[in-house]
Amino acid sequence: MKPAPFDYVAPATIDEACAALADAGGGATVIAGGQTLMPLLNLRMSQPFIVVDINNIAELKGVSRTPGAIRVGAMLRQYEVLTHETLQRDLPVLVQAVQHIGHHQTRNRGTVGGSIALGEPAAELPATAVALNATIEARSVSGTRQISAADFYLGPYMNSLQPDELVTGISFPDWPRNHIPLFRELAQRPGDFALVGIVGALVIDAGKISRAGLAWFGMGPTPIKASTAERMLVGQTLESIDPQTIAEEAIADTAPFDDQHASAEYRRTVGKRIFASALRDALKAGETA
Amino acid sequence: MSKHHIEVTINGRRHTADVEARISLSDLLRDNAGYTGVHVGCEHGVCGACTVIVDGLAVRSCLMLAVQANGAQITTVEGLAAEDGTLHPVQQALLEEHGLQCGFCTPGVVMTLAALTGNNAKPSEQQLLGALSGNVCRCTGYQGIRRAAKRLACAETGEHA
Repeated sequence: MKPAPFDYVAPATIDEACAALADAGGGATVIAGGQTLMPLLNLRMSQPFIVVDINNIAELKGVSRTPGAIRVGAMLRQYEVLTHETLQRDLPVLVQAVQHIGHHQTRNRGTVGGSIALGEPAAELPATAVALNATIEARSVSGTRQISAADFYLGPYMNSLQPDELVTGISFPDWPRNHIPLFRELAQRPGDFALVGIVGALVIDAGKISRAGLAWFGMGPTPIKASTAERMLVGQTLESIDPQTIAEEAIADTAPFDDQHASAEYRRTVGKRIFASALRDALKAGETA
Repeated sequence: MSKHHIEVTINGRRHTADVEARISLSDLLRDNAGYTGVHVGCEHGVCGACTVIVDGLAVRSCLMLAVQANGAQITTVEGLAAEDGTLHPVQQALLEEHGLQCGFCTPGVVMTLAALTGNNAKPSEQQLLGALSGNVCRCTGYQGIRRAAKRLACAETGEHA
C-alpha cells in the first residue's frame, strides 16, 4: 500500500504548472488537496509519471467577485468555505454542501477545485456546480477555456478537460440575496458518499418561483440537472405547488444504478422522498422570508 | 523518481530528511523521524488513526506527501504531554472517561480533539462529535470517547454537564 515511484514538481505559478502538464504529455496527475488522489496512489490505482502539486500557487487561492458571478479559486480549501463570509452571505448552498463532504480532517486539506475536477457522481460539489449553472475555468499553455458545468461531466470521474489543462477557478453566477438554498442527502454514515442527494436554489418573487437551479447527485453516472423539476417550478405560485407531484415527475431525469449500497429502485424511492421534503422546507422558508 | 530535501518541525524539533516524492507524511514521521505514535491503519484516509496536526489543522498524515510538509509545523501525539509527564487535557479526559481500550485509534482521536480545542478555541460538543466521525474505533463502542469529547466541550465553555 505504498505509491509507485513518481517524479514531483511544485510550481509557484499557474503558467509553470501548465508548462509542466504540457511537458508530461498526458503522464502527469495534478495534486490539489489529495484526499482522493492519495488513496488512489497508495492503492496503486493511479500510477502517474509525475505529480504536479498546485498547493504553492497563490493565484489559485481565494474568492473574488466578477461581474455577475462569485469566482472561487480552485485551491480554496473546503474548511475555508465553511467560514467564508462572502460565501456564507451570497452562496449559502455551497457552504451547506461542503458541510457534508467527508470529515473534518479531510476538509482541512480537500479543495473546491479538486472535488469539482474529480467529478465523483455522488459528491456534493460537482452537483452544486451543475445546479447553479457554474462555469469551470481551465487553463493550459494554449489558453483559457470556460466550460459550463453542464458540459463538464462526461461520466464517473470523467470530465471534458484535456490532459494538459488545469482547473483554475469556478464561477457561480449571482443569485439574488433572498434566494433559498435547498439541500438534502442520504448517506449511510456522516462523511460517506451520498446514496441519493439533491442540491440547488430557488428564488421567490411576489409569491411565485422566478428562478430554480437544481441537480441530483448519486443518481447516475454524473451529477444530473433536475430540469423537469426546474421547468415545473418556475412561474408557479407557492400555494399551487404540490411537492409530491413534482417529485414523482422529477425522478424521470435520473439514471440511478444498483451497487452494493443500494438498488436503483431504492435510490428512486428515496430520491422522491428527499426531493419532496427538501422542496417543502424550501417553500416554507420562502413563505416566511 | 525525484528525491527532495525537506525540513519540518516536529513537536518543536527541527527535522531534515531527503525523501522520495512518493513517501507519505505518515511514513516520514514513523520510519524516518521515529514518531511511532502516528498509527497507520488503512492508508487510504478512512480510519483516521494517522491524524496529526499540521500548521494548526488536524489532517490525515497518510493523505499527504512528506514533501508537501516541507516547512510545516507538525505535532504528533508525542508532542502533547508536558516534559514532566503531565497529560494534555485531551489525554486526561480520555483516560478518566475510559475512552480507549486497545489504543490503536487513540493517537488519531487525541490529535483530532487537540486540534479543535487548541489555541483557546471553544468548540461545541456538536463540533467535536462531528469531527470524531472521521476517527474509527473498533473496540470502545465510542461511548467513552464521546464522554471525553463532551467533557472537553463543557470545560472550554465553562459549563457543566
